[in-house]
Amino acid sequence: MHATFSYPKYSFIPSEEQRSGTVRRHPVVVIGAGPVGLTAALDFARKGVPVVVLDAEDTVSVGSRAVCYAKRALEVWDRLGVARRMVDKGVVWKIGKVFNGDRMVYQFDLLPEPDHKLPAFINLQQYYLEDFLVTEALKSDLIDLRWLSRVVSARQEADHVALQVETPGGIHTVEAEWVVACDGAKSSVRRMLGLEFQGEVFKDRFLIADVVMTADFPAERWFWFDPPFHRKQSALLHMQPDNVWRLDFQLGWDADPEEEKKPERVIPRVQAMLGADTPFELEWVSVYTFQCRRLERFRHGRILFAGDSAHQVSPFGARGANSGVPDADNLVWKLALVLDGKAPEKLLDSYSDERVAAAKENILNSTRSTDFITPKSEMSRVFRDAVLELAVDQPFARSLVNSGRLSTPTTYADSPLNTPDGDAFAGRMVPGAPATDAPVERDDRSGWLTEALDGRFTVLYAAASDEMGGPVPAKVAEALDTLAAGPLPLAWHAVTERRRGIAGELVDSAGRLRERYDLTPGSVYLIRPDQHIAARWRRFDAAALSAALNRAIGRRATGR
Amino acid sequence: MAKLMTEQRFASPDDVYQLLIDSHRDLTPDQSTRLNAKLILLLANHIGDPEVLAEALRVARQGVE
Repeated sequence: MHATFSYPKYSFIPSEEQRSGTVRRHPVVVIGAGPVGLTAALDFARKGVPVVVLDAEDTVSVGSRAVCYAKRALEVWDRLGVARRMVDKGVVWKIGKVFNGDRMVYQFDLLPEPDHKLPAFINLQQYYLEDFLVTEALKSDLIDLRWLSRVVSARQEADHVALQVETPGGIHTVEAEWVVACDGAKSSVRRMLGLEFQGEVFKDRFLIADVVMTADFPAERWFWFDPPFHRKQSALLHMQPDNVWRLDFQLGWDADPEEEKKPERVIPRVQAMLGADTPFELEWVSVYTFQCRRLERFRHGRILFAGDSAHQVSPFGARGANSGVPDADNLVWKLALVLDGKAPEKLLDSYSDERVAAAKENILNSTRSTDFITPKSEMSRVFRDAVLELAVDQPFARSLVNSGRLSTPTTYADSPLNTPDGDAFAGRMVPGAPATDAPVERDDRSGWLTEALDGRFTVLYAAASDEMGGPVPAKVAEALDTLAAGPLPLAWHAVTERRRGIAGELVDSAGRLRERYDLTPGSVYLIRPDQHIAARWRRFDAAALSAALNRAIGRRATGR
Repeated sequence: MAKLMTEQRFASPDDVYQLLIDSHRDLTPDQSTRLNAKLILLLANHIGDPEVLAEALRVARQGVE
């Protein structure tokens, strides 16, 4: 097979503790150096928490595997300083087209709103993504990446977890106050704990063929139901960097996975799709089935599950890695505060609550897509085909065509960390929502709101009118400065319409921020370290802000 | 809250019934099934309200099992 990527080989370097035969206790051990584990490690390092990462292999993802990365995951990586390389290398896209037979029935645009720093989606082979994350992790003194280190047992004690780690140098014990298990869909940690991973298995098989070719297809997601080149099944075409194209063919449950992987079976299918004269080479071939399932809870004592180890979905919708990365984003700031003694341990239960809610949403979307692509009953197929038939002429039916509802971030609407609105606001920035981006100028440079939301709590204060004592009344500035100097990591910014000379001000000259957050003079937003909205008010109230902050770190406010 | 209307609403019930039956003339059972599915989707969209649809489905399912 053709190779457009040369796999790095990371060496096993025996740790000091293994060489000396001493048992060391680390604040955090992350198990698994995939996209989720590496994201968590980079975020811990950002927050000054030393972290050991154990991975059973010695290279990055074999095969392109996950390919589509959504804006929210890119925003997390941007906060960690690694998104630029991904966007530069990746294929940016936002248009999806759905065909039935040889007719297009539906087209969608994933980013109809302008003025966001990051694109709706990029396509990038998982090996590049992991390579970039590893490169960044290796720059940090706080990240101790250990390859060829397989966890073979985990024992929970009152104040730590004892891990037995098998390496080329033998088995040794590593202790951790907290363990983040990012060891994938087949998580061995989950198995060691004997946890149920329940859900649905879908009776269908799909072939992935990544081919290298020069082609002039656009950078769009093309999905076919019943295409002329692959009758009665679905197919997908998607562009990746380096002239690699993701082709996906539905095969049906009766297909033999070993047979279907053979080049003599794969090549005719690809030729039927691309035309017999299109030259191509196979880069990676895989036959997969899929499940939609999850753990009931993501926290088990001192072990926290994140990514595929905690929840698994079908690939339609790109909700795997794109929900695993927000797991890490949600968990790390909470665990860092707990380790620092600044938040109660039960804050970690909110990690489970919030991300279980997200997993439910993703599983619901993924299951619905799968039911449409792989109808489970004869009548389900009849309705599916009727939708596709109607969609050609009837606009309403196009909204029912489901070839995968692409990953969008979850709003933690029912989170106990939210302070419910007391004042009326319009728009989508409700408590629990991920903060939407907007262009701002800061220190005379153009930038983005998301760049100001840098992993600390952030207070946005919309500049007050002159009658209110604006732009920032002295007692407001004093209260915010006091909070920023307090024990919790917190920054505040005034949002102004034009430059007013306030330190840290975000100049919203285009008005997008005011529009998207429904700001009026004196409005206040409290945003969490993971960029989700915690609370908002029309008027500054220091006591209310302080109560909301306490609530957001799991200390339930006791009265007002 | 919208409610499923089950009182008689047709000006000429026999005409409506004939319309339904005639639309299936000369169709195989498979073709009729397809027609019915498309019809349900069109009418469901016309109704729009999922509560009305859920109520209709509940009533329709009575006695089927």
